[in-house]
Amino acid sequence: MARQRQFTVLSRVLHWTMAVLVVAMLLIGVGMVASLGNYHLLVSIHKPLGILILILVAIRLVNRLLNPAPPLPDHMPAWQRLAAKGSHVALYLLMFALPLVGWAMLSAADYPIVLYGSLHLPAILPHDAMLYAGLRKTHTVLAFLLFATFIAHLGAALLHALIHRDGVFDSMAPWKARTTDAVTERVRN
Amino acid sequence: MLRLSAIGVVILAVIGCFAYVGGWLTPGRLTPARFVDKFEQVFGLHPGFRRNHAKGVCIAGYFDGNGRAVRLSRTDIFNAVHVPVIGRFSLAGGDPYAADGPGAVRGMGLSFSLPDGEEWRTAMVDLPVFTVRTAQGFYEQLAASQPDPATGQPDPARLKAFLAAHPETARAMGIIKSQPFSSGFANATFNSLDAFRFVNAAGMPTPVRWSMVPVQPFQPEPAAGAQPQDKNYLFDAVITAIERGPLQWHLIVTVGQPSDPTNDATIPWPANRERIDAGTLTINHVGGEAPGNCRDINFDPLVLPSGIARSDDPLLSPRSAVYSRSFTRRAGEQKQPSAVRVPDTGGGS
Repeated sequence: MARQRQFTVLSRVLHWTMAVLVVAMLLIGVGMVASLGNYHLLVSIHKPLGILILILVAIRLVNRLLNPAPPLPDHMPAWQRLAAKGSHVALYLLMFALPLVGWAMLSAADYPIVLYGSLHLPAILPHDAMLYAGLRKTHTVLAFLLFATFIAHLGAALLHALIHRDGVFDSMAPWKARTTDAVTERVRN
Repeated sequence: MLRLSAIGVVILAVIGCFAYVGGWLTPGRLTPARFVDKFEQVFGLHPGFRRNHAKGVCIAGYFDGNGRAVRLSRTDIFNAVHVPVIGRFSLAGGDPYAADGPGAVRGMGLSFSLPDGEEWRTAMVDLPVFTVRTAQGFYEQLAASQPDPATGQPDPARLKAFLAAHPETARAMGIIKSQPFSSGFANATFNSLDAFRFVNAAGMPTPVRWSMVPVQPFQPEPAAGAQPQDKNYLFDAVITAIERGPLQWHLIVTVGQPSDPTNDATIPWPANRERIDAGTLTINHVGGEAPGNCRDINFDPLVLPSGIARSDDPLLSPRSAVYSRSFTRRAGEQKQPSAVRVPDTGGGS
């Protein structure tokens, strides 16, 4: 095999697990701030889920450094390569930043950061209302940025899967990519 | 082309789904933001202040549990331990400069800090029952009390229509009016109103309501017109009292029976229910609202330690949501000094 075509199994498991969690998290986030009756339930899910995502993205970053991505198709224009690289960096940064800003803003608001039952996290910032207000706005702005980046990522993934069919989608497909030369052939031509 | 359209449809569907969940497609839906908007419309916008219970003063002290409620709840607060408490006395309503007076509903917010970092926050008022059962009812009551721009007074016809549509409110008002209010903060009983669940070490839940019952002797409120004319007489009296010596309340837990409604704060539980004295609250400091003290704390009734949980009371989650939205708005605003001034005696917290 001349070159690796697919992300490792661990990379793909992490990707799809986090895809579900992050999309759920964004939905819960916009839903809870607009909800009265379900607010408390959704917030009680939002906080531990955010911390879970923070742990997973840290594992994922290490994994990504140890197991680099398969190369993009040779014929891909430079601007697309740049867009792919840039959006992936943005996704990683946002997946780190959102839970950290959330944790920080709850600290500044002097809320206990309850994960489950009596399990809670320590404050990482001093109690300061103005600081809370700024971080709370930042949390919203970053969440919309993450949503926008996710939409771009989804659109690009679907373009690769349905239009270009150049093996880029297959590299992260949840199933095992067709190992035959069909994909490779198409990539080469 | 078909495939390209399919991609477009998927993307639009995802965006549409988020927009729907976020409430952007349903402008009539009652959300925390629209609830807080209504407070601002009714009471005017007072930047930096709570949108409700805007007028207040900070208090601090401690709680000594006595172990008697441990069989119902596993929280350490009810063990024979000494827990620091900070809190706030307040008047209901969104006007931070409202005059103290008879009939003004008084609030006590408390935050108990456990040694392990857990917290219990509770926001109580001196009413025996609440006037509405749901958030929607509260919103409608608030809207009905909005002053008519022409007269500066609420429209009696709207209030009447509200009461006609909400017989539970009319009943609750009857119960509230049948009992005298106390003469001040120090001798007032503050009630959770909402039901909660205590969960003990075996995981067994028990429906409860709680009250802070004063050690200070009850005196009825003077009749309207006979009360002091000073705008802050209720606050000034409690500040003077705390500076003279600590005030105390007993935390009385009322144990509900399966037949007692936990989802309707307008209905009192039968008077013969078991009542447990779970410990004593001592308030020995009072201080004006200032950065980092009770001013910047959200007394969210769903900040609960393990061993106290919410019930199916439909007011609880909306309270948490609306308090949080009010807190977020005021946190970022320029703060104005409170109308309640505390003489500087080195007290406060």
